[in-house]
Amino acid sequence: MTAAADVIIIGGGLHGCATALNLALRGIKAIVLEKDYPGRHASGVNAGGVRMLARHPAELPLSLAAMEIWTKIGDLVDDDCGFSSDGQVLIAESQHEFDAMEERVRALRVQGFVHEELIGVAELRRLVPAVAQHCPGGIVSRRDGAADPFRTTQAFRRKAVELGQRVLTGIAVNGLVRRGGSWSLQTTAGTFRAPIVVNAAGAWADRIAAALGEPVPLEVAALMLMITARMPPFVKPVVILRGRKLSFKQLRNGTVLIGGGHAGRAFRDENRTELDWRKLASSAHTVAELFPVMRAASIVRAWAGIEARTADELPVLGSSERHAGIYHQFGFSGHGFQLAPGAGALIAELIATGRTNLPIAPFSIARFAECGAGKGAPAEAAPRAQCAG
Amino acid sequence: MTALARLQSQYDVAVIGAGPAGMAAGAETAAAGLATLVLDENGAPGGQIYRAVTVTPVRAPDVLGAAYWRGAELVAELAASGAELVTGAVAWSLSRDLEIAVSLAGASRLIRARRVILATGALERPFAIPGWTLPGVMTVGGAQSLLKASGLIPQGRVVLAGTGPLLWLYARQLLRAGGDVACILDTAPATNYLRALPHLPAFLASPYLGEGLALVREVARRVRVRRIVALAARGGDRLGEVVFHTARGEGRMPCEHLLLHQGLAPNVNLALSAGVPHRWDRGQLCWLPAADRLGDTPLPGIAIAGDGARIGGARVAEARGRVAGHAAIAALKGGGRRAAHRAGARSDRIGRAFLDALFRPSRRLRLPAEDGVVVCRCEEVTAGEVRAAVRQGCAGPNQLKAFLRCGMGPCQGRLCGLTITELIADQQRVAPQQVGYFRLRPPVKPVALAELAALPRAEAPAPGGP
Repeated sequence: MTAAADVIIIGGGLHGCATALNLALRGIKAIVLEKDYPGRHASGVNAGGVRMLARHPAELPLSLAAMEIWTKIGDLVDDDCGFSSDGQVLIAESQHEFDAMEERVRALRVQGFVHEELIGVAELRRLVPAVAQHCPGGIVSRRDGAADPFRTTQAFRRKAVELGQRVLTGIAVNGLVRRGGSWSLQTTAGTFRAPIVVNAAGAWADRIAAALGEPVPLEVAALMLMITARMPPFVKPVVILRGRKLSFKQLRNGTVLIGGGHAGRAFRDENRTELDWRKLASSAHTVAELFPVMRAASIVRAWAGIEARTADELPVLGSSERHAGIYHQFGFSGHGFQLAPGAGALIAELIATGRTNLPIAPFSIARFAECGAGKGAPAEAAPRAQCAG
Repeated sequence: MTALARLQSQYDVAVIGAGPAGMAAGAETAAAGLATLVLDENGAPGGQIYRAVTVTPVRAPDVLGAAYWRGAELVAELAASGAELVTGAVAWSLSRDLEIAVSLAGASRLIRARRVILATGALERPFAIPGWTLPGVMTVGGAQSLLKASGLIPQGRVVLAGTGPLLWLYARQLLRAGGDVACILDTAPATNYLRALPHLPAFLASPYLGEGLALVREVARRVRVRRIVALAARGGDRLGEVVFHTARGEGRMPCEHLLLHQGLAPNVNLALSAGVPHRWDRGQLCWLPAADRLGDTPLPGIAIAGDGARIGGARVAEARGRVAGHAAIAALKGGGRRAAHRAGARSDRIGRAFLDALFRPSRRLRLPAEDGVVVCRCEEVTAGEVRAAVRQGCAGPNQLKAFLRCGMGPCQGRLCGLTITELIADQQRVAPQQVGYFRLRPPVKPVALAELAALPRAEAPAPGGP
C-alpha cells in the first residue's frame, strides 16, 4: 500500500503527537507512524516532571514557551493531563551547593529569567516540611509541577486524531529516500510518501538521522523509576537534587514516585530494559537520608523507559542541515516531557512558515557535523566523549 | 550472624519455592554435589500442597490424607541431600544474568546462581462475584492453609462454592477434621462432562481416578451438592447469605462462611518479570511460561518446574522437579540428559486434560456479568470500569494500568490479572493471547525502602548494553 500526506512524523510519542496536533491547527495534514503504540517508551513512563527549574539556559526560552501551553493544557487537548502546579524545589544538601545555587539564580536574573527563586531554610521547611535537617535551602520554581505522562501522550494523540490527523501504530520505518520533490518511506506496512518528514523517533531517531547522512551519536539509556505503596500526604512540590541524582514526588493518590536519572540497561531492539538494583539502592539511600519519613515506605514496582541522550544533553530540534523537507525533534536526554508541547508548536511553525522567533541555534544538528557525517558508522558505536560539544 | 548473612554470594543452583517441585529439584542437585540454595517464602517447607507438613498441629494422619504426608518424606530427602533451605525468604527480583534479590527478616541481599529453577507453584484463579470482598468470604485455598498451619476450621454455617479438585479435597479434610459443610454449590457447567469425555481413556490409567472417585463419593454422602450457574455474596458489614441461580431459578442460603474456588493457575510473576515469554493456554485458561520438556525456558540458565510451569498437581510437580534437577546436573557437571528425560516419563501418565475439562470454570464466573463487581481489589476497579475503558480505546492490560491503575497495586495482578485479560479479550472479541498480559515489574513482592537502601550501592554506569 502507498499512503501520502503533507507531513509524515516518525514516532508517535508525546513529541510526535504534539507536532501532529499543532500541524492540524495550521491546516496541515500529517500521518504519524509509530512502531509500537503512543506512550510505550519514554513518553509514557517518565517521571512526569513539568519543570523550568534547573534547565540549561539554552533550553529556557523554549521551556518558558512550553509552560505557557501547560498552564492552559486543557484548552488545547480537552484533558488536564493530570497537570498540577505545586512547584518544583531544587534542594541544596550543603552550604557549598547552596552558594552555587545563589550564583545560578543571580546569573539567570541578569539574563532576564526570574522563574527561579532562591529560598532559605525557613521557606524550604514551609514548602517541604519532611525534609531532613541538613539542608540549608534551595531554589523553587513556583509555576512548575507534574503531569501524568501516559495520559498526556494519549490526550495529544486523541486530539490530533480528532482534528483529522492519522496516528498509525505498529508500523516501523525501515528506510527513506528522496524521489522527486517527495520523501518515500519504506515501512513494515508499505510505502508512505510526503514532501516533509519529521524525525521524532526518540531513542531510535539516530537511525533515521544516520540514514539521512547526518549521524548524531545517542547514548541509549534505560532511566529507572520506582514507586511506593500509598502513604499519607507529606510533600506537595516535586523535589529534585543535583549533587546526588534524585527526583521525588508524591502523587495525588499518595504513592511516591522516585526517579532522578539512574540508568539500567536498555536493549532497544528488543523493547526491553533491565534494572540495576545497585543504583536503585543509591536512590533509596538518598531518599532515606533526605526524607526520614520514607524509610518505612514500601516499594511496589520499579521500571525503566528507553530514552536517548545526546553528548551535550541538549535536543536536536529544527531543520536538517543536508536535506530540504526534513526536520528533527529528538535527543531530549531525559528532560523532554515538559518541552514537548512547545517543541511540537515550534516544529509546526517551522514547517508552516519557515521561521521561528525562538532561539534554536543551540539545538542545530550541525553541531554533530564533526561526528563522522556521511561515514555511515553505526551511531551507537560512537562513544559519548568523542563528540562532547 | 543472621541467616541472610550466612548465605554464600554464589550457588551452583538456586531453587525458588520449596513445594513438591522445588524440594525434588533441590534434593537432586544437592545430592549430585552441586551447591544448592532452596528459598521459600513460608516459615516451613512444603509449598501450598504440603503446607506446614513438618509443623502442622493436625496430627491425625487421615484428616489431611495420605497424599499430604508424602510431603514429609520430601522434606526429609531435601534435608539429607545437603541443600541449604532458607524459609521466610522472599525472592523479589530475578534478572537474566541470574542474580536473585532475596529478602529475609527485614534485610535483602543479591545472590547469584549458575542455574535458577523456578518452582513458584500455583495461585487460585480469581473468583470475582458480587460481594466477594465481604468479610466472611474467602478462598478455599486460604481456608485450607489455616487448617494445615494452625488446625483452624470455620465455625458456623459453611458453604463451599466453585469447581476443581482442591474444593473437594478441602471438603473432605474439613469433614474429617470435625467441621461441617452446609452445602457445596458446584459451578462446573454440566457440559463439562462432554468436554471431558474424549480425555477419559487417558485418565483411566491415572492413579487419580480411583482416589478422585472415592473422594467425591465420601463428600457427596455427607454434604448436599447443588449445581448452580451464578452466585452472589450478600450482607452488611459481613457475609449474611449466599444467593445463587440454578437452571430452575433463584435460591438463597444464610451462612457465616462462603469459601470460593475455581481452579488454579501458575504463579508466573517472577518468571514474567525476568522476561520469560508466556502464552495463553486454552485448556487451562491461564498464562503458561515457555518451557521445554526439561523445564528450560528460552532464557539461558532459567528453568521452571511444577505447577508454576503448568498445573499438574503434586505428583507431576515432584516428577518435573526431578527433571529440572537432572537437567541442571547435566548442564553444570556434564553428562547426558537421559536421566532427566527418564524422570519425566512418569508424569505423563496422569491424565490431567480430563481433570482440566471436567472442572473447567464457567465463562459466566470468569467474566463477571455484573458491572459493579470489583475485579481489582488493590485499586477497587470494577468490571464495568474495565469494559468502559476498552470501549474508550484501551487496547490491553498494560494500557489499562494507565487508565485505571489495575495491576499497579501491591499484588501486581495476582488477584485480577486473569480476569482483566479475559474481560478485555471478550470485549474486543479476540483471543486472550492477542490481548496479552501485564508487563510485570520487580520487585514482584513489595520491599521496604530502607531494605533497598541497605543493598550494596553503585554510582558507576552499568557495564554492557548497547
